Amino acid sequence: MEIKTRNRVLTAGAILLLLGFIAFAEQFFDLYIVRILNVCAIYAILGMSMNLINGFTGLFSLGHAGFMAVGAYTTALLTMSSAVKKQIFYLAPLVKPLDQINLAFPLALLAGGLLAAVVGALIAAPVLRLKGDYLAIATLGFAEIIRVVFTNTQRITNGALGLKGIPALTNLWWSFGTAAFTLVFLVSLINSSYGRALKAIREDEIAAESMGIDLARHKTLAFVIGAFFAGIGGGLLGNLLGTIDPKMFSSMFTFNILLIVVLGGMGSLTGSIISAFIVTIANEVLRFLDESINLGFVVIQGKVGMRSVVFSALLMFVVLFYRHGLMGTNEFSWDRLLASKAFRRLRGFKKEPAEGGVDR
Amino acid sequence: MLRRNIVFLLLMLLVATAFTGCIKKESNVIKIGVFEPITGANAAGGQLEVEGVKLANKLYPEVLGKKVELVIADNKSDKVEAATAAARLVEKEKVTAIIGSWGSSLSMAAGDIVRQGKVPTVGASCTNPLVTAGNDYYFRVCFIDPFQGTVMANYAYSKLGAKKAAIIQEVNNDYAVGLAQFFMFSFKQLTGDQNCILAVANYNTGDQDFSAQLTNIKAQNPDVIFAPGNFTESALIISQARKLGITCPIIGGDTWETQEFLDIGKEAVEGAVFSTFFATETPITEESAKFIEAYRAEYKKEPAAVAALGYDAYILILDAIKRAGTTDRVKLRDEIARTKNFPGAAGFITLDENGDAVKNAVIKVVKDGKFAYLDTIEPQ
Amino acid sequence: MTLDLFLQHLSNGISLGSLYALIAIGYTMVYGILRLINFAHGDIFMMATYFAFFGIATFGIPWFITFPLVLVLTAALGMGVEAVAYRPLRGAPKISLLISAIGVSFFLENLTIVLFGGVPKPFPAPAIFTDVVQVGTVAIQKLTFYIPIVTFISLLGLVYLINKTKTGMAMRAVSMDQEIAQVMGVNINQTIALTFGLGSFLAAVGGIMWGMKFPQIQPLMGVVPGLKCFIAAVIGGIGNIAGAVIGGFILGIGEIMLVAFLPNLTGYRDAFAFILLILILMSKPTGILGEKTAEKV
Repeated sequence: MEIKTRNRVLTAGAILLLLGFIAFAEQFFDLYIVRILNVCAIYAILGMSMNLINGFTGLFSLGHAGFMAVGAYTTALLTMSSAVKKQIFYLAPLVKPLDQINLAFPLALLAGGLLAAVVGALIAAPVLRLKGDYLAIATLGFAEIIRVVFTNTQRITNGALGLKGIPALTNLWWSFGTAAFTLVFLVSLINSSYGRALKAIREDEIAAESMGIDLARHKTLAFVIGAFFAGIGGGLLGNLLGTIDPKMFSSMFTFNILLIVVLGGMGSLTGSIISAFIVTIANEVLRFLDESINLGFVVIQGKVGMRSVVFSALLMFVVLFYRHGLMGTNEFSWDRLLASKAFRRLRGFKKEPAEGGVDR
Repeated sequence: MLRRNIVFLLLMLLVATAFTGCIKKESNVIKIGVFEPITGANAAGGQLEVEGVKLANKLYPEVLGKKVELVIADNKSDKVEAATAAARLVEKEKVTAIIGSWGSSLSMAAGDIVRQGKVPTVGASCTNPLVTAGNDYYFRVCFIDPFQGTVMANYAYSKLGAKKAAIIQEVNNDYAVGLAQFFMFSFKQLTGDQNCILAVANYNTGDQDFSAQLTNIKAQNPDVIFAPGNFTESALIISQARKLGITCPIIGGDTWETQEFLDIGKEAVEGAVFSTFFATETPITEESAKFIEAYRAEYKKEPAAVAALGYDAYILILDAIKRAGTTDRVKLRDEIARTKNFPGAAGFITLDENGDAVKNAVIKVVKDGKFAYLDTIEPQ
Repeated sequence: MTLDLFLQHLSNGISLGSLYALIAIGYTMVYGILRLINFAHGDIFMMATYFAFFGIATFGIPWFITFPLVLVLTAALGMGVEAVAYRPLRGAPKISLLISAIGVSFFLENLTIVLFGGVPKPFPAPAIFTDVVQVGTVAIQKLTFYIPIVTFISLLGLVYLINKTKTGMAMRAVSMDQEIAQVMGVNINQTIALTFGLGSFLAAVGGIMWGMKFPQIQPLMGVVPGLKCFIAAVIGGIGNIAGAVIGGFILGIGEIMLVAFLPNLTGYRDAFAFILLILILMSKPTGILGEKTAEKV
């Protein structure tokens, strides 16, 4: 009981700290840092949602960019003002009801998520009968089809011209708030009987089925919820960037999210969050790889594009030597942190406890 | 296991933090951001623009007695990256003005950021009308897609005597779609014939086989084919069209003006005609002559139009700073907006109320494996 | 549509289809033996065109020496990729192998961009292959005749190798059950490496043909053909070599006919392959010539 209370206090403290941090960041940090933090949080949402499908349920799906595109376009079209819509749809006007509709940001986000979920459900019916690499290639195919359709529906998506002038409604409250909601929602899902069923499916489909788990229903559920949060993440991203176009949502984007999931650990939500922050920040920091490095006595000529090489090598490195990623299938917990040797050293513990290692 | 993870995590964070905070501030420097795709799909164009800007910086290194320092930010031909790169220039580097970017969609990703940060930005070759529309802080030294589409329709109608045209466009490229739309609009007006466009064929970036589209077009027998798009696909289209026995003129836009267009198309692209910003054969201003000479000396090759535009964006900003007498960004913006008949390397620049340049277009043709000057078209 | 026009379209379709078929053969062979989508196949194919470019354009080696050299080099590259990225994962979950494959694909693309630049290069196609012949009003490139011949020879060679030689027998054994094959004295690592080498060799043949038909090479050129040829292999029944050829022709001719008869839908051309894939997977998941395999528990 005591430990539970301690953990609650620690969690509450961490939440307060986060709230304080967001308030402080919104007020005092410059736009550049705020933008990076926003991207971090959005990637965390995308990573977690992909992890639900790929990591927890074991469905190797590569369709994330498609769901994001649906969410991003829906949210953007619902939040843009009629005047802006009129201006940017200069080749062909926007279809009738859409050009006048204008919703509040949360409603638009929700609509984006729901529409992505609907698309997810439609795709799930045929695709989830497939397994392994067939599933991967079919979901990849669906994402590509969504992208191609968006390129060609000039009067809804403005085709190749993309959307511009999307109101910049995404701020740290929205991005971190949604990320926190996603985490809480997914954690409760995973700890419910549904979650255990999903993990059972991942471990062994046939065994799970013989235990009476309805495979199709559970797989569809995971797929649809994953698509929902991917749509929300896409919506946040669109309203952060202010402009989107179909090219953005290519399979490259899916692979970037996959890198986050793999690095964080397939089957660890907190792992996905941590790695979303690491990947985004490292990507920014590793800019020096593309520039010349002056070490004073010698100038190393930077090679443009080196960053991408390092990133792809990193993906392979993680899979080859660190297959379980940062967190494996573990989640962050206070017990674990406080019990860890590194933390003990930090607190000045000299001796290891005699048994086990968990100080109770 | 957990310890191993923590060590791994710390290692990553170490990498992440080791390289921050190395930027020193100097007060006697005016910083100008160069926001270009140096890597990724648009790298070729971005690098050419940077060459032009660097050359201008070399020739005009100072203004108001202060040294001008270029801060180059790679936007990786990617929208998310582009937005972050622009924010970095505005917030972290605190630049006075920004130049760029090649690729209109990348410029648009920076649009809101420079407007909110009140940093005047001058695009070099981004021709999509939406870049400057509704944005007080975005300008450009090139003309826009509608003008270029109109120019080529005029050329096809009056110089080639074409009555019927076919279009083959890169459907997922905003630039190509824009040019094609305005070409069709003008061509219909010129010919007075609503059915003068015989076919509109589409293709996607990265396609390599165009035989089906071209076979259909061949069957329609047009007088001219307008094929706006990326130079790589366009070169393949032209060479496949010639192999299929299509003999009519094939015309396009400024993106064709690259060495690779000639290398890939070889003899097939002989006679291909396109509109562009600038020709070395007819230096329009004194600045043109100066630019061409310096460029040849510096890079040992012929200058491309986009390099001249990058050069122009830089000297236009410098001139505005000189006139404003300050590096105050808002005053600088007002001064840039007042630009009139400014002699750039690629012609005289007058900015209209949208911040778009009103200037001449140049028509070029491929002749003996080289680009040759054909004509100059005045804006209406 | 006139007959001439239709014939021209058909000739275009056959030409494209035989090219897809050629690349699909390599894909299907690797998949058939290892049950792994080699996402890097398209990038190995891309590397082959760069090797050819450097051989002919940079070093000035005549094409009849360069091309065999390219085949050998690419096969070596494929075996190298296998040793680095797949061998350490033997016995790991399939998902890890797939991620590793995506990683290799990314790595090769980005490395090529850094080393050779992102700007497309012209492929130095020898004129004897690219000349055009007029048959009536139909213009046909000589290559259109050569590619099906090359595809056919590769098909026969591969079928012979797999069914009649000892190496082929080892490959078939590995495809059925790796552990048992090992018990029976098959050197698994060697056999798998050979499979990859052979697959890459075929990718190089396809790459050279592709480069001659579409004489423009760039680091990302392998992505779309790679995916499409995988789809062709699935349509024909993955693992089945004759099926890959049939799938390649269906896809190539289908794409051309889509553009020819429904020009308004040209923008959807890239979606066509995927729609076809999903339809096939829904109705006959093992493809046209694929056999129904019992699922192993």
